[in-house]
Amino acid sequence: MCDTCGCNITPGNEHLVRADGKHAKTADGRAAVEVLTSLLDENDHQALHNREHFDSQAVLALNLMSSPGAGKTSLLEATIEALAGELRIAVIEGDLETENNAERVRAKGVPAIQIATGSACHLDAHMVHDALHQLDLADIDLLFIENVGNLVCPASFDLGQHRNVTLLSVPEGDDKPAKYPVMFRAADLVLLSKADLLPVLDDFDPSRAEGYLRQLASSVPFERVAIRGDQDQLSSWLHWLRAEVAAQGRRRAAGKTARPSGQPDGPRLQPHAHAHTHTHTHTHEHDLGTERAAAAVSGQDHDHLHHHRHHHQGAPSAA
Amino acid sequence: MHELSVCLSLLEQVERIAREHGAERVERILLRIGPLSGVEAALLTHAYPLAAAGSIAEHARLDIEPAPVRVHCIDCGQESEASPNRLLCAHCSSYHTKLSSGDEMLLASLEMSIPEEPSETQEPPAAPPSP
Repeated sequence: MCDTCGCNITPGNEHLVRADGKHAKTADGRAAVEVLTSLLDENDHQALHNREHFDSQAVLALNLMSSPGAGKTSLLEATIEALAGELRIAVIEGDLETENNAERVRAKGVPAIQIATGSACHLDAHMVHDALHQLDLADIDLLFIENVGNLVCPASFDLGQHRNVTLLSVPEGDDKPAKYPVMFRAADLVLLSKADLLPVLDDFDPSRAEGYLRQLASSVPFERVAIRGDQDQLSSWLHWLRAEVAAQGRRRAAGKTARPSGQPDGPRLQPHAHAHTHTHTHTHEHDLGTERAAAAVSGQDHDHLHHHRHHHQGAPSAA
Repeated sequence: MHELSVCLSLLEQVERIAREHGAERVERILLRIGPLSGVEAALLTHAYPLAAAGSIAEHARLDIEPAPVRVHCIDCGQESEASPNRLLCAHCSSYHTKLSSGDEMLLASLEMSIPEEPSETQEPPAAPPSP
């Protein structure tokens, strides 16, 4: 699948790897080399390569993360049904064992590659790269990468995706963003899943959950989804998906790409990539994000905000 | 719990850099790690000897410099300390902040012993004066 498979060192990062010209001696005569690369440098190179591949094939790649059992696969099943005939979807599934998830997705008529990680608690860019060899991306508009259910490790590994979607299910409790800040800070969209359980599990306060998310300085959309009941419970999610697919098409036309907004290290090491993400956040989410966050922190009425949000998302997403 | 895989990735880099410099031993590795990186310094320290066993960096000292969580406020322009799950401006309480430090997961520098053998290296400035 690759044009340049195995090319990990590019002219852009070669100086960091080689650290030429940064020789110095310590007092006891050792050679000291300043490096300043991410500890996950190898992974990040592969992720960059994956992202270039997605972009060259005009695919939007989304990384889906949550606790085990938050409803990632069920949401995918419902999404595939809802978008049948509209978007061509494929799925990469990550689990420690079994083909169960891939089989569920294939039963909906879309290609699915299962990665069995053994005991690894997350997907990394190399695993995704290997899975991509089994997929023909030319026939795909939207690739979901369903990460291993885990609110800790998957947040640290760039897979080459354009956006991160994090699910928080109602049975988990509303303080998860405060407990797992690294994960929720990485999200470009937080979905409150199993929202149809809110009337039963009434100790879950959605505004409190959103308040914790805002305390992470996150202004990303916070949307409810439920796969049981009427179809309207997916509408904000489907809306976001369509806008992101459209934005990816425009980015591709302009020769640009996107990275998840809260990606560790990336922004500071790669100011160019950061600029794209920054633009996105500000043009698309700045205003409504400010209002919603302020309201969430101060506990204002949520319905008003919800309405407002839909109005905003009707506009095409900026990239 | 991915500190071991982080360590293995770190060692791949360390070994490559050491090879490129013709080092015989890596003496010290300095990392800079912030609490929002998702990596726990203490666990990394425990995982390191397992990952480094038998490598050129087996006896290296692993030093980890913690990075404080700091935010820059977009509303009032001030910089302040924050905590990992409360990244609000300490001056005006705005949530509208950018992280300026705290998510680092960096290999900052290496110290290595490099044998003084002129034939080993092609870099003219590295050739030592003859004794």
